[in-house]
Amino acid sequence: MSTETATTVRNEEWKASLTGESTWVRWTLMALALGYLTLFLFVPLAAVFAEALKNGLESYFAPFQDPDTLAAIRLTFIAASLAVPLNLVFGVAAAWAIAKFEFVGKQMLITIIDIPLAVSPVISGLIYVLLFGAQGWLGPWLIEHDIRIIFALPGIVLATIFVTVPFIARELIPLMQSQGREEEEAAFTLGASGWQTFIRITLPNIKWSLLYGVILCNARAMGEFGAVSVVSGHIRGLTNTLPLHVEILYNEYNAVGAFTVASLLTLLAIVTLIVKTVIERKSAPSRSAHDAAWNAQPGSPS
Amino acid sequence: MMFKPLVFTLAFLTGAVGFASSVQAGQSVSLLNVSYDPTRELYQEFNAAFAKHWLAKTGQSVSIKQSHGGSSKQARAVIDGLEADVVTLALAYDIDAISEKAGLLPANWQSRFPHNSAPYSSTIVFLVRKGNPKGIKDWDDLVKPGISVITPNPKTSGVARWNYLAAWGYALKQPGGDETKAQDFVQRLFKNVPVLDSGARGATTTFVERGIGDVLINWENEILLSTKGSGKDKFDIVVPPVSILAEPTVSLVDKIVDKRGTRQIAQAYLEYLYSEEGQDIAGKNYYRPQLQSVAAKYATTFPAVERFTLQEFFGNWQKAHKTHFADDGTFDQIYLKGPK
Amino acid sequence: MTLVLKQPSVLPGFGLTLGFALFYFSLIVLIPLSGLFVKTSSLTWEQFWHTVTEPRALASYRLTFGASFLGALINGFFGSVVAWVLVRYRFPGRSIVDALVDLPFALPTAVAGITLTAIYSSNGWIGQYLEPLGLKIAFTPLGVLVALTFIGLPFVVRTVQPVLQDLDKEVEEAATTLGANRWQTVRAVIMPELWPALLTGMAMAFARSVGEYGSVIFIAGNMPLKSEITPLLIMTKLEQYDYAGATALGVVMLVASFLLVLTINLLQWWSSARHTAR
Repeated sequence: MSTETATTVRNEEWKASLTGESTWVRWTLMALALGYLTLFLFVPLAAVFAEALKNGLESYFAPFQDPDTLAAIRLTFIAASLAVPLNLVFGVAAAWAIAKFEFVGKQMLITIIDIPLAVSPVISGLIYVLLFGAQGWLGPWLIEHDIRIIFALPGIVLATIFVTVPFIARELIPLMQSQGREEEEAAFTLGASGWQTFIRITLPNIKWSLLYGVILCNARAMGEFGAVSVVSGHIRGLTNTLPLHVEILYNEYNAVGAFTVASLLTLLAIVTLIVKTVIERKSAPSRSAHDAAWNAQPGSPS
Repeated sequence: MMFKPLVFTLAFLTGAVGFASSVQAGQSVSLLNVSYDPTRELYQEFNAAFAKHWLAKTGQSVSIKQSHGGSSKQARAVIDGLEADVVTLALAYDIDAISEKAGLLPANWQSRFPHNSAPYSSTIVFLVRKGNPKGIKDWDDLVKPGISVITPNPKTSGVARWNYLAAWGYALKQPGGDETKAQDFVQRLFKNVPVLDSGARGATTTFVERGIGDVLINWENEILLSTKGSGKDKFDIVVPPVSILAEPTVSLVDKIVDKRGTRQIAQAYLEYLYSEEGQDIAGKNYYRPQLQSVAAKYATTFPAVERFTLQEFFGNWQKAHKTHFADDGTFDQIYLKGPK
Repeated sequence: MTLVLKQPSVLPGFGLTLGFALFYFSLIVLIPLSGLFVKTSSLTWEQFWHTVTEPRALASYRLTFGASFLGALINGFFGSVVAWVLVRYRFPGRSIVDALVDLPFALPTAVAGITLTAIYSSNGWIGQYLEPLGLKIAFTPLGVLVALTFIGLPFVVRTVQPVLQDLDKEVEEAATTLGANRWQTVRAVIMPELWPALLTGMAMAFARSVGEYGSVIFIAGNMPLKSEITPLLIMTKLEQYDYAGATALGVVMLVASFLLVLTINLLQWWSSARHTAR
């Protein structure tokens, strides 16, 4: 048994050496790749923390005692915690409709869901000003009823929702499409209600992609700058999110403070990436196990 | 069947928006002061002083919220619905725009407070590297080849317009000066500008922190601020013999204060800028006080400079804006013809 | 011949999910976007044309689309190399590097902006060495290119990686046994598989870069006709109370965005068609 394995390994290595690149090509490619990544990835990453810690550890914590910074943290969290769940529901609904049914215009729907990704953040904010601003369509009506959307939290939430709408949908749609509908149809014909089918069949199949989509959506929601900048009004302590606060500190000759807050956002981004890697590790075995189980009995539902 | 999703959606969104609004409801008496870029430090100090004064006088506690940004950017925000109780902007034109385009305050707003609603004045001076290595002394030196000049963008920044008009006015004042020569002068000046920030603070950051440029043209108060504190050993201030009298103006935003019931306190807030304490705080933050007694106290802080007025060369802001900063005005012409 | 709008199916929930999705999307995205077109329609055709073709606007398109295109090319080349290295080679720290590739995607744009500016200005980490060589990056179009390359970095890597991973080693081995050298194998066997994914990734990087604001605004010089990106021009017009002009430019960008999204989707469809055809 063990000699077989050893032979297999040697064979693989021999094959690899025949079909692989020569050593110098290998090293060149790696140098190119790592050089590119160092320049465009590692240096900026290091710079954020280096600039933040330039004045020592004590001054690092200073911005976090500033009430404006704390208000920015609070606002960022509120905006994200409103935007992400809403987009989650949208993502799941859209993916269900697209993956489990055939209808006219399906491909069109898939295409237009991607639109917010390609729209400039400036425009994303501008359209809400045009809609809800004092000079906009609904402006006079809103003023009459004393409802504040632009330059207040609702506007910020709307702009955040706009830029993050596609994230969860884009994660789920291809996955659910490739998973097909046989399992759900089987469950439904066996008597499960629609809701039960969703909870017990679909959800476990998509849970890792769903989680990843939520994490990414959240990171983007917390980090959005351009769109929020247009609708924010920049009222200190009230309508400044963390990214806007970074800009403010930067403009107050407090570059170190700006980088400190930036480092907080960077840490959030890094946590996002770590969670994503963990999820990928977990989803790989579960997905292949699922596929293996399904393929084990061809032609009959499990 | 389609009714259900409609109800579903609307319920969701209303819930979210409603929750969002409610999070911000229930504040105590608060004022929003929408101001221009460099006044951050000034109003931080002034707001604390006013709150203390108001509490002592009326027993009411007030919190003043601030918003800062490029002057016309801020004006635009107010026009679009940013509910400012008072606006304290870089130039009268921006407040005129709020009146004209949104009808939030009357056209005669400027006459409602002393000194044409300018509680403090300033001027335009230069900031150079320590030791003045390029030997900059006057406006003429800015157009010399090889000199790099930092100024914000006149299309979005209040002070940049003051800079522009100061340069123009200087050229007009020269013997034989006329509009053509002035345009030529300003064109040569902008040829030496490598980057246009959108606000006064951005330009200062570019010069001070990023190390770009040989000379920064900006508010006197901004530049004095940079030369104290950490900038002491790195920069020198250069005061040209002639510059423009720059008057940042303030106003109530009538429709808003009437709606919020804050007219009385907003009025008191702006009036307090003219009080001795208010003028003193202005002086401390390098804004030239209008009140004689306080001005005398700060006489040595401010360099001597002959300041010509906007009215002298340009008539009024409406005309100046139309000629220079509107579409196809002189600034556009300079950029479209000139440096590429 | 009856018009079949939807195939009959067993599963429930079509009306609810599609209805909700459409209403939500219309409310949040489509209706506000249409406001852009409505506002622009207040201009006459002449005014519209004049606004979107004035020299400053044209210069901004050149910069925005030009730098985005170059950035996409750079990312196309280096992104492929990175994807290859990550999939085919083993080295210490590989999984960390792999995870970090997504950093530009997860990092707030403002943070990227101030950091890149700090690095590349004349007193910055890298800028201080490049200045004496005459290479100014910050506040020049080159700085815009750097920022956009950073932003687009993950796209090509992430679209090419799965394809590389799924490649059938046996085909490569067969080519080698048939006498092809490594380069021939790469060119004739591997590259054709990668093209759709590569182009998709580049298109996505391009689309993202074109609209980018936060990371570019700090490092660009913002000089009209030289280093002013289109989103900034839109902001500037807004601040001059020229709403119609701003929306006109917005419409131009939006149409470009939509075409890009269409292209990307077509490329993805082509890419998956290749996969299933095999």
